[in-house]
Amino acid sequence: MQCCVCKEREAKVHLTQIVQDKMQKVALCEECAKQKGVNDPTGLSRADLLLGLGASQEMEQSASDVKCSNCGFTQADFKKAGRLGCAECYETFKEGLEGLLKSMHKGTKHVGKVPQSLQQSRDLSDRLKNLQRKLDKAVAEEDFEQAALVRDEIKMTREKLTTLSAS
Amino acid sequence: MAVHDFLSPVADAARREGPYNKIVLSSRVRLARNVRGLSFPGWAKKPERVKALEMIRPAVESLPQMADSFSESMDNLSVLEKNILVERHLISREHAAKNAGSGLVLNREESLCVMINEEDHLRMQALRPGLQLRQAWHAIDQVDSKLEKRLEYAFTPELGYLTACPTNVGTGVRVSAMLHLPGLVLAEQVNQIIQAVNKLGLAVRGLYGEGTEALGNVFQVSNQMTLGESENDIVERLNKVLAQIIEHEENARTMLLEKKPKTVYNHIGRAYGILANAHSISSKETLNLLSLMRLGVDLGMFNDLERWQVDELFTTTQPAHLQKVHSEKLSAEERDLLRADMLRDRLKDVTRPRAK
Repeated sequence: MQCCVCKEREAKVHLTQIVQDKMQKVALCEECAKQKGVNDPTGLSRADLLLGLGASQEMEQSASDVKCSNCGFTQADFKKAGRLGCAECYETFKEGLEGLLKSMHKGTKHVGKVPQSLQQSRDLSDRLKNLQRKLDKAVAEEDFEQAALVRDEIKMTREKLTTLSAS
Repeated sequence: MAVHDFLSPVADAARREGPYNKIVLSSRVRLARNVRGLSFPGWAKKPERVKALEMIRPAVESLPQMADSFSESMDNLSVLEKNILVERHLISREHAAKNAGSGLVLNREESLCVMINEEDHLRMQALRPGLQLRQAWHAIDQVDSKLEKRLEYAFTPELGYLTACPTNVGTGVRVSAMLHLPGLVLAEQVNQIIQAVNKLGLAVRGLYGEGTEALGNVFQVSNQMTLGESENDIVERLNKVLAQIIEHEENARTMLLEKKPKTVYNHIGRAYGILANAHSISSKETLNLLSLMRLGVDLGMFNDLERWQVDELFTTTQPAHLQKVHSEKLSAEERDLLRADMLRDRLKDVTRPRAK
């Protein structure tokens, strides 16, 4: 088996780690293992090592000539630095990043804090959806008095949403 | 103003107390944030970084929490000043290597520190003595909520806060505690604990963070995953794990005293002997021996030495702090001599540890 870092020498060090019920395997030659600190008895850097390798492999699978239109960052740059060029890169390299994010995190969707301005507009659009359902129901039941009330509320919520996104 | 004129004396910093002080040295919550539309610092060209700093710094300085703060561009700080900040655990080693286009804003109490243009546009952290993760999270959350009104963050509902490294995307949060675990090290149980903690998706690192050694039996435990788990859940998960590590450390100490008291007394007695009598000593050996002295204080073996005094020496014997009190540039050998002088002087009135 070939070493998956230098892709030259024969792999003699085999690492297996289970992260979140998923098995990750890495095969390294002695030199690369030493370089990556795998011989380190504390094993502190192993997780980083696995993540790092995963990064380059995942990115290789996606098209190789993609370049971020916002900042000019390429995949080769990512392989070298392990960091992205700008926020837009997440969209540009979406495909390659998906598997990577899955392997290093608990989930693939953000849970937690949201900037307040965004949270407000999110709450408003949720409310708008609810109101729309209420309106449909009122119309179906021919409760036109209720429908008129809901329609006014929809109008108000829409206005709030536009002023919020304009600010 | 020079950094050391702003910073409180090391003795005052060492006297700050918090819950579980004996084992938990400090708690920290760090947030990574980026400004929409700008390239990340590692990819941005210098003029772009300078422009970003000019935009971000005033926003940070204007925070109510940052009234009377220390704010400086990294190129205006000397290497010595930067290293002092690293030794105080206020900035990362990576940030100490930065120059023009990067900056630092530190509050008066040294409990909030914002690094500008480190790996991300903003790396802001709240620090607390002892085990106070919730308090630290609460403090930095408030800073962040104020700052988001002045800066538009790179954020998407799917991926959360976008960061230069995909390992931080989502909440951008790193919750960590610095632990002093001499009992587990002496009982040779620490590797087991590290492996167990790693299995839970948490990282264990050394004294100065990523890629550093666990000098002085000090370990940093932190979350590794940032996507798919809320900040509060991360804080609570860490709290649970830390409570267990604290218990294991306490058990290890009790067990050692019961089963191998001579080994423990021998380690502490020798540590005292060397520190109080050496004429040349490296910072690494100093940290490792001071750790044993600290354990001795915890075990009540010293009549006239308090924990904060050991903690003070933990910092003042570090290379940059040692260099600071001497005007001429010191070589490593000279530092070893001066370090030993300082330790002999500070420990001259401390009577030797007594075995119980």
